[in-house]
Amino acid sequence: MSMKYTNEHEWIRVEGDVGTIGITQYAQEQLGDVVFVEVPAVGRTVAKGESVAVVESVKAASDIYAPVSGEVVEANAALADTPGDVNAEPTGKGWFFKVKLSDKSELDGLMDEAAYDAFVKSLG
Amino acid sequence: MVQSLDRSQGRAGAVATDGAAAPKTFTGNRALQIEEPLIFEMGQAGRCGVDLPEPPKVKDRLNGLRRGGEIGLPGLSEPQVVQHYTRLSQKNYAIDMGVYPLGSCTMKHNPRINEKVARLAGIGDLHPLQPVSTVQGALELIDTLAHWLKTLTGMPAVAMSPAAGAHGEMCGMMAIAAALDAKGERAQRKIVLAPESAHGTNPATAAALGFTVKPIPANDRGRVDLAALKAALGPDVAAIMLTNPNTCGLFESEIVEISTAVHEAGAYFYCDGANFNAIAGRVRPGDLGVDCMHINLHKTFSTPHGGGGPGAGPVVLSAALAPFAPYPWIVKTGDGWTVAEEGTRVAGTPFGRLKAFHGQMGMFSRALAYIMSHGADGLKQASEDAVLSANYVMAALKDVMTPAFDGPCMHEVLFDDSFLKDTGVSTLDFAKAMIDEGYHPMTMYFPLVVHGAMLIEPTESQAKEDLDQFIGALRSLTERAKTGTAAEEFKAAPRFSPRRRLDETLAARKPILRWRPSNNPPEGGPMRQAAE
Repeated sequence: MSMKYTNEHEWIRVEGDVGTIGITQYAQEQLGDVVFVEVPAVGRTVAKGESVAVVESVKAASDIYAPVSGEVVEANAALADTPGDVNAEPTGKGWFFKVKLSDKSELDGLMDEAAYDAFVKSLG
Repeated sequence: MVQSLDRSQGRAGAVATDGAAAPKTFTGNRALQIEEPLIFEMGQAGRCGVDLPEPPKVKDRLNGLRRGGEIGLPGLSEPQVVQHYTRLSQKNYAIDMGVYPLGSCTMKHNPRINEKVARLAGIGDLHPLQPVSTVQGALELIDTLAHWLKTLTGMPAVAMSPAAGAHGEMCGMMAIAAALDAKGERAQRKIVLAPESAHGTNPATAAALGFTVKPIPANDRGRVDLAALKAALGPDVAAIMLTNPNTCGLFESEIVEISTAVHEAGAYFYCDGANFNAIAGRVRPGDLGVDCMHINLHKTFSTPHGGGGPGAGPVVLSAALAPFAPYPWIVKTGDGWTVAEEGTRVAGTPFGRLKAFHGQMGMFSRALAYIMSHGADGLKQASEDAVLSANYVMAALKDVMTPAFDGPCMHEVLFDDSFLKDTGVSTLDFAKAMIDEGYHPMTMYFPLVVHGAMLIEPTESQAKEDLDQFIGALRSLTERAKTGTAAEEFKAAPRFSPRRRLDETLAARKPILRWRPSNNPPEGGPMRQAAE
């Protein structure tokens, strides 16, 4: 399926009942060079809106919020050594973690690509 | 408006030509800009600055663990060591060298009378384990400072021992946790609200103590969004941690409404006092409904900071939190002073202690010297001058740079980067170019509530002509950036510093935290031999 977006600039791509989560192109541009990423432990149960990961750049440290509720089934451990992947491929190998969704209806509250693009444009 | 730049303020800043284009020197030095090796790369094995007697022959009891080889310290004479560190110190920018506009840091002048007082034998030579009867004057000094801090803040109690601002935050939040414990509400109240304009240490302190941090957005005036705050308050909230004036350099004008709402919800109000220099002598936080606030003695009341020495973060407490203040405190007895290490001051239970001894005596003596040499009127004027300086900088730059918020500011002025839009110059480039002009950059990219933030706190220390030159330098940089053709020049900054632009990304991603011979082996140097 296509990607959904939050107004905190996370994206989620759902295949089956597992969603892969990362930060958007806009977010990585705003952060600048990413130097450290902390991903959640596999097996952790997260609630929608909960702070679950941390991304740190040369400018700032930011919390990453879970766009949906569920259980973390995989985390991108490679980011510990290559945090620059978040800058190079934010929606590719710069993904953060995967969640097994407990309530797929939560996706309905997220933005689709057109809505997110409009949202980013409104930020100037 | 742009001042001529021929006044160097004694700084090694007025380099006439681009260093990269100038002819090379044999040594690599450029007059007083000395290329300095690491101390491990200097000297000769076996050289020593002191003449130590041969140790007596004894049979050791180390069971064969005695070191066999060289210890690997560099061999240096005393003049080599003195010259090395003096040369390094001359590469440093310091409060004593010029405008140091680092926002929210209050890099103000440390009056020399502070140092004279701190070095008096009766203060400088004390040991914290001396008998109480021999340190009566020191205890009175601590109590006198405590009295000033309580009076200036309008608060009934103070914990003197916290060693720095963040330590003070921890002290205040532990007092709040203890108060919640006493009411049986600790398990229920787990949330700490932290506005976006608060200091970064505020949410960190709350998280370190096991609270869940909930951010409160700022409104378009750079203040706490009162409606969002009220919506977040509830029976699960332990406290709000708010910085006032906040990191946008703005007074939280609805602070009384905030404290009333917080108290009505049964929560406590922690105020970060790092920006107290804007209001000392004018506003008493106790009158605003604050329950506890740390005071950075090393900011508001001078005393060295920023690498210059330990900090000190006494915490003033409201009547509601005073019973939980940590040990120790000073007690006036019939004919003298003593230190309370146990028991209670008022009904309640102190939460413990934060520090082995009584606090940072060196900072106490300097802060009290600062306070008493200024007097109440002088403290008030210092705050007014700090606010005036910041507003002067804002007024002088607002036609070319972009203040993030309308209206007067407090002790620091916040600009965003919209004046650099489409110039190809970023906040970082702008800050690096300030180094070439001989200034320490301002705080940048913080607070996060505005884009590309530049936060300037000039303090009350600078003479008008020095601020004018600083303003002139920023106007000149702004004009150059706005030509639209200077991006490369800015990206190349700093050009005249001992090192050019450093790769901060690489340094953060692959930090080298410890020198090892293999990092950069000196040819045949002592460390290499030791390592082999």
